[in-house]
Amino acid sequence: MSLSTDVSLTNSGPGKPGATQEESQSPAQPSPRNNRRSRQRRERLFQWLFLVPAVIYMALFFGYPVVKNVVMSFQDYTTATFFTGEAPWVGLANYATVLSSSLFSTSLINTALFTIGSIVGQFVVGLALAIFFQRKFPLNGILRSLLLLPWLLPLIVSSAVWRWILDKDSGALNRFLGQLHIVDTGIPWLTSTSLALIAVVGVNIWIGIPFNLTILYGGLQEIPDELYEAGSLDGATGWKAFRHITWPMLRPVVSVVLVLGVVYTLKVLDIILGLTNGGPANSTQTIATQSYALSFQEFKFGEGAALGNVLVIISLVFAVLYLRASRRSVDE
Amino acid sequence: MTTTKITKRPSAPASASHHAKTSAPERKKWGYTVLAIVFLAIMLFPVYWMINASLQPNGTTLETSWLPLKPDFSGYATAINEQGGNLGTSLIISLGSVVLCLAIAAPAAYALAYFKVRGAGVVLFAILISQMIPGIVVANALYTAYNDLGLLNSIPGLILADSSHGIPFAILIIRAFMNGMPASVIEAARVDGAGHVRAFWSIVVPLSRNSLITAGLFTFLFTWSDFLFALTLTTTEAVRPVTLGIFQYIGAYVNDWSSVMATAVLASIPAIILLVAAQKYIAAGTTGGAVK
Repeated sequence: MSLSTDVSLTNSGPGKPGATQEESQSPAQPSPRNNRRSRQRRERLFQWLFLVPAVIYMALFFGYPVVKNVVMSFQDYTTATFFTGEAPWVGLANYATVLSSSLFSTSLINTALFTIGSIVGQFVVGLALAIFFQRKFPLNGILRSLLLLPWLLPLIVSSAVWRWILDKDSGALNRFLGQLHIVDTGIPWLTSTSLALIAVVGVNIWIGIPFNLTILYGGLQEIPDELYEAGSLDGATGWKAFRHITWPMLRPVVSVVLVLGVVYTLKVLDIILGLTNGGPANSTQTIATQSYALSFQEFKFGEGAALGNVLVIISLVFAVLYLRASRRSVDE
Repeated sequence: MTTTKITKRPSAPASASHHAKTSAPERKKWGYTVLAIVFLAIMLFPVYWMINASLQPNGTTLETSWLPLKPDFSGYATAINEQGGNLGTSLIISLGSVVLCLAIAAPAAYALAYFKVRGAGVVLFAILISQMIPGIVVANALYTAYNDLGLLNSIPGLILADSSHGIPFAILIIRAFMNGMPASVIEAARVDGAGHVRAFWSIVVPLSRNSLITAGLFTFLFTWSDFLFALTLTTTEAVRPVTLGIFQYIGAYVNDWSSVMATAVLASIPAIILLVAAQKYIAAGTTGGAVK
């Protein structure tokens, strides 16, 4: 009757010796036991069919690119390859070129600064807002959901708007600062090598605050009120309550938010390309944008692939952290 | 000062102090509301600025006035004229990607949640790992494959690639919902003789309607916002999503911000509509996708 129990029974058994023979037996005189077995096999096959399209898709659009990228990184893969079909093996030459280039250390440092700056900013402001929105006040829900807007807008739209706001001569920010007499001349937010990265990080913080706020708010809501009530009896209120009750209880959510944030920030491309295109003078070039430039602007696909793989390895380190943080919620 | 306060308090008339007691927390609450509105105003200023700048007359690069006192729609005229086709392309790709994504993700989520097929753990693991793979790595490999398959500059090519933003997320979020679905309902249908496909189509799909809508809306937004695949998997103007149109606008020196901002406003419409009209689903998606 219950199919799921049938399945779990068969699944719980280890190997099934002789199962292959049963399948080839003629259906003319099925023994009841064999019949049931083959029905179960068909049943399981049917169940797998529901999953097959997703498995194929994931294999083609995530599995294949990763493998292909590794292969390409060992080849001299350029535009010529598209005409001749030849991509000679060059061993580690692509990695050697990419890693020894002076641009690599610049992009690596920029990637680190961009990621750390963005994550710290998003998290601190997001957590502060999440704690603020824990209070009960009129319109709380509506205002909180409207805050999601920056996160839902296409990144390239946000980049375009910020390009205009941060414009040196007539951008809103410089005009605002000018009217307050904080600055006399326009600050070249996006065109100065020393400011561009800070500006890009600032925009990325703006984009990431809603996500941090929402997830952390959800985490805060799950902390039972009784804990705070018990804590207040022991004199734990305000900062003490935060340190001894809120923070420990929020830790699992915090680690998921931070690691997800790092993984997503490492691969950011849209915002940087939209705001500065990696410039001025590579001051906002990250590993992701550099990989893009190598493949799609210089058409050195092999080198682009090699640099992409470096990014994958960095992400994988954080992937391990991510899986450890999220295993519980997935199993649950 | 303090002494007068202390002496004053007990001497205040009973009715007045009673009145003050009830309204003070109320006033404090509205104080928080005001503070929240200030936060919101700061956070949404760029959105305001985008709308404001889109309503300025063409060609005024020098000074955008703080308020659109004399709204001018010439920016929108230029935007629709130049980017209307690209908006249509984006719409077709986004809708196609929603269909593809749900067709792949819903059965998969069902298999993972209800059948608990062998290998489910591996599939879930692969989905999580897939989130670590940078888009540029996928694009790099897909470009060469698409070049061989003739899928560059094609709508099906972009639908297939863009769905990679939505499918893993959709599987996770629909599965999380289906985990909470009573198995007895499906078993009852199966006992009544419904095949797997029919039980799925007529019982499971209607029951998980909300999670399907959430997954569909987010897939739409992801694909609509896609920039990377638009940038890398198209080489001509034949198929050009609006995100790429905006990028090309801002790639060159901009002397007509009002039409750029008008295009940006038009490209923001799906996000704004969803936030206002489908808030419940958006809220479900933000929390469900990341933590569950």
